[in-house]
Amino acid sequence: MPPALAVAAAIGPLLVLLPILATLADALGAGWSSVRALLFRSLVGELLVHTLLLMAACMLAAGVLGLAWGWLVERTELPGRRLWAVLAAAPLAIPPFVAGYAWVSVASVFEGFLGAWLVVTLTYTPLVYLPVAAALRGLDPALEETAMALGLGRWRVFLRVVLPQLRPALLGGMLLVALDTLVEFGAFALLRYRTFTTTIYAEYRTGFNGQAASVLAFVLLLLCLGCLALEFAVRGRARYARVGLGTRRRPERLRLGRWRVPALAVLAIPLAAGLVLPLATVLYWTTQHAAAAVSPAAVGWGRLLAATWSSLSLACLGSGLTVLLALPLGYLAARRPGRLATLLERAAFLAMGAPGIVVALALGGLAVRHARVFYQSTELLLAAYAILFLPLAVVAVRAALEQVQRALEDVARSLGQGGWALAWRVVLPLAGPGLGAAAALVFVSVSTELTATLLLAPIGTRTLATEIWADTATLAFAAAAPYAAVMTMLSLFSTWLLARRLLAAGAA
Amino acid sequence: MPLSRRAALAGGCAALAAPFVAAAPARAGVSLVLYAAQHQQVVDLVNQAFTTASGIGVRVHLGEAPAIANQLATEGAHSPADIYFTENSPELTLLDERGLLAPVAPSTLAQVPARWSASSGHWLGVLARDSVLAYNPRRIAPAALPASLLDLARPAWRGRVAFAPTDADTLPLIGALAALHGTAAGLAWLKGMRDNARLYDDDEGVMAAVERGAAACGLANAYYWCRLASGKGEARTVSRLHRFAPGDVGNLINVSGAAVLRSSRLQPAAQRYLAFLVSARMQAALAASRVDFEYPLRPGVAANRMLAPWDSLRPPALTVGAIGDDRLAARLLRQAGLV
Repeated sequence: MPPALAVAAAIGPLLVLLPILATLADALGAGWSSVRALLFRSLVGELLVHTLLLMAACMLAAGVLGLAWGWLVERTELPGRRLWAVLAAAPLAIPPFVAGYAWVSVASVFEGFLGAWLVVTLTYTPLVYLPVAAALRGLDPALEETAMALGLGRWRVFLRVVLPQLRPALLGGMLLVALDTLVEFGAFALLRYRTFTTTIYAEYRTGFNGQAASVLAFVLLLLCLGCLALEFAVRGRARYARVGLGTRRRPERLRLGRWRVPALAVLAIPLAAGLVLPLATVLYWTTQHAAAAVSPAAVGWGRLLAATWSSLSLACLGSGLTVLLALPLGYLAARRPGRLATLLERAAFLAMGAPGIVVALALGGLAVRHARVFYQSTELLLAAYAILFLPLAVVAVRAALEQVQRALEDVARSLGQGGWALAWRVVLPLAGPGLGAAAALVFVSVSTELTATLLLAPIGTRTLATEIWADTATLAFAAAAPYAAVMTMLSLFSTWLLARRLLAAGAA
Repeated sequence: MPLSRRAALAGGCAALAAPFVAAAPARAGVSLVLYAAQHQQVVDLVNQAFTTASGIGVRVHLGEAPAIANQLATEGAHSPADIYFTENSPELTLLDERGLLAPVAPSTLAQVPARWSASSGHWLGVLARDSVLAYNPRRIAPAALPASLLDLARPAWRGRVAFAPTDADTLPLIGALAALHGTAAGLAWLKGMRDNARLYDDDEGVMAAVERGAAACGLANAYYWCRLASGKGEARTVSRLHRFAPGDVGNLINVSGAAVLRSSRLQPAAQRYLAFLVSARMQAALAASRVDFEYPLRPGVAANRMLAPWDSLRPPALTVGAIGDDRLAARLLRQAGLV
């Protein structure tokens, strides 16, 4: 293996390890006695209860809902199921803190647990639905038919045959929901539900004890990494293989009969709440020019354009850097699998368990103490984006590279092309669309990122996310609306482009 | 395939090339760096007017007050900041103790009554907010409201009061409490509040909780009630404001102040900014605006009509210096287990 490739591939994972290790060092650096004092106090207990309660409620609700959606879309004669299949994935395009803003501005009863639970469940149910639907599509109906022939009723078949086969997809999806609940900050801050992330931010705001924030961050990191490890275990271990030749036939779809309306409601109500309500609320507030809610300085297209431009250019730079870091790693994983590739890939995936607030605080602290050049620089913010979204980029880049036929590369080599020429003339054009999709994915994620942007934005830089934050945090809902509208439009448009591409690829 | 491969490739390459072609933002002429822990809407209002009047640009770094003060202390002489403008005075006292602030021009200090600025002359009082107890009349009768802030820590108030221990406005209140009644009493009060209060992250959260009736009453600045009422319409606002007995610590007036950093290389421009903050024109504009609900400290400027008359306030007898520098307050919060 060329050493240059290994070194290039290691940059991303090392960058991911940096904030994790820095947090660890900050938390444990002052000795065990002070750690113990900061760790075993009532606040940490309260936060654990708050966070774990919410996590459990969201996992459960998203699990049930995601399973129901998957089954309805894949296995019943649901009217308009093609449309539902797409719509059910769409809530992912609504940034949770925009959804949080929407709910809290509708009525204050949604503040606290109720709103937090609704926002997370409604936004992240697709994380369960998508793998469950895919798994259902992959099942061989012969097994179910055999079970029925042996005398099991429909319910029994579902519980004893279908559900066990869905377990990896279902549990994996639920654990992703758990992970997203743990790292979410903006929505909970706006909905005023105290979790680890919001309290770490509060510690940072009161600003006098960095270690206290680091100890909380450390506990949060442990929880996240625990979820991540479980997720790996669930996905890695469980496999249900089909032995046997031939094409499996399409499963018979269940006739819904008088259950048709309730079945439609199971999809329509949560989707209306998760998709239509945030969009409608944002639109409503854009038409409200209550004098107090719109600050005089906020009026005008100038600031909206400036914020949109900063968001777009940061997203462009961020996705460029992230994909650049993911390229050698993805190539290594796709073309030279082995221990090193696995190790580096796993290290990069650790970023999924690193909440934005932890990464941002750690990077900011490192810069002010050890790397003044990067302090308050755009580069530092871009590095935070690269860390947070490296896993996303690696998965997409790897998938893109794996679709390039190796034979074509071998032919090019046999014709005397090597190194850069091979990469530029053969691999890149072939993997181009996939790499573009990877960049687009990261682009959407960066443009809707709040936490790291809030903490690390260079002096004078305001993005759509920080503008929404500034206005919503002071209850100026109408002032936040234009920014929220632009951000949601951007997000929906990019998601639509991606979905269209993926659907087209699936059809081909 | 609807999206052509070449188009996607071009898109991908454009994203990859972006780091090399994106230009740094242009910086023309003199531009001040302002670290602000005021509300963004207020800062924008001031900066826009200042730039129009002086031709001097202002770049802003926004954040929460103690975090920014801490940041300025960490940056020390290397700080890029020229000015610090904040909602509460104790952080300014802290930075003054560290020797980071330059003297404010005497002509500027003379624009506001001396009791609202630092006795050292190193920071300037600009605006003021009053602490209140907001209450929901559907949950509690006005007659049942306490005469003193200290009462709220009594067992009778368990579960009935909302409190934001980590809001930047709470630290001066704790500082004032410790200055008036002693450190031990301050700690005891905080421990009582830990048992009694429903905790929120900020004053906005407290105000919203009282408004919807999740708590019977809550501690916050009147500022946030005005914000809520002006968004919702005064007629539709349920919550009301209660003031404690005259001179009670709960009636504390928080001073929003500004200072020039000693490390600033743009001293004249920075001093000009401070003078602009307390100019008759800017103070009147802030008072008349519908985004800021603070009392202008310059004499003779009428405050926002939603606020109680300035003369009717009965704050405790404390100088701005006596409230301390937030460090004691942060320590007490931690000892009481609130953070």
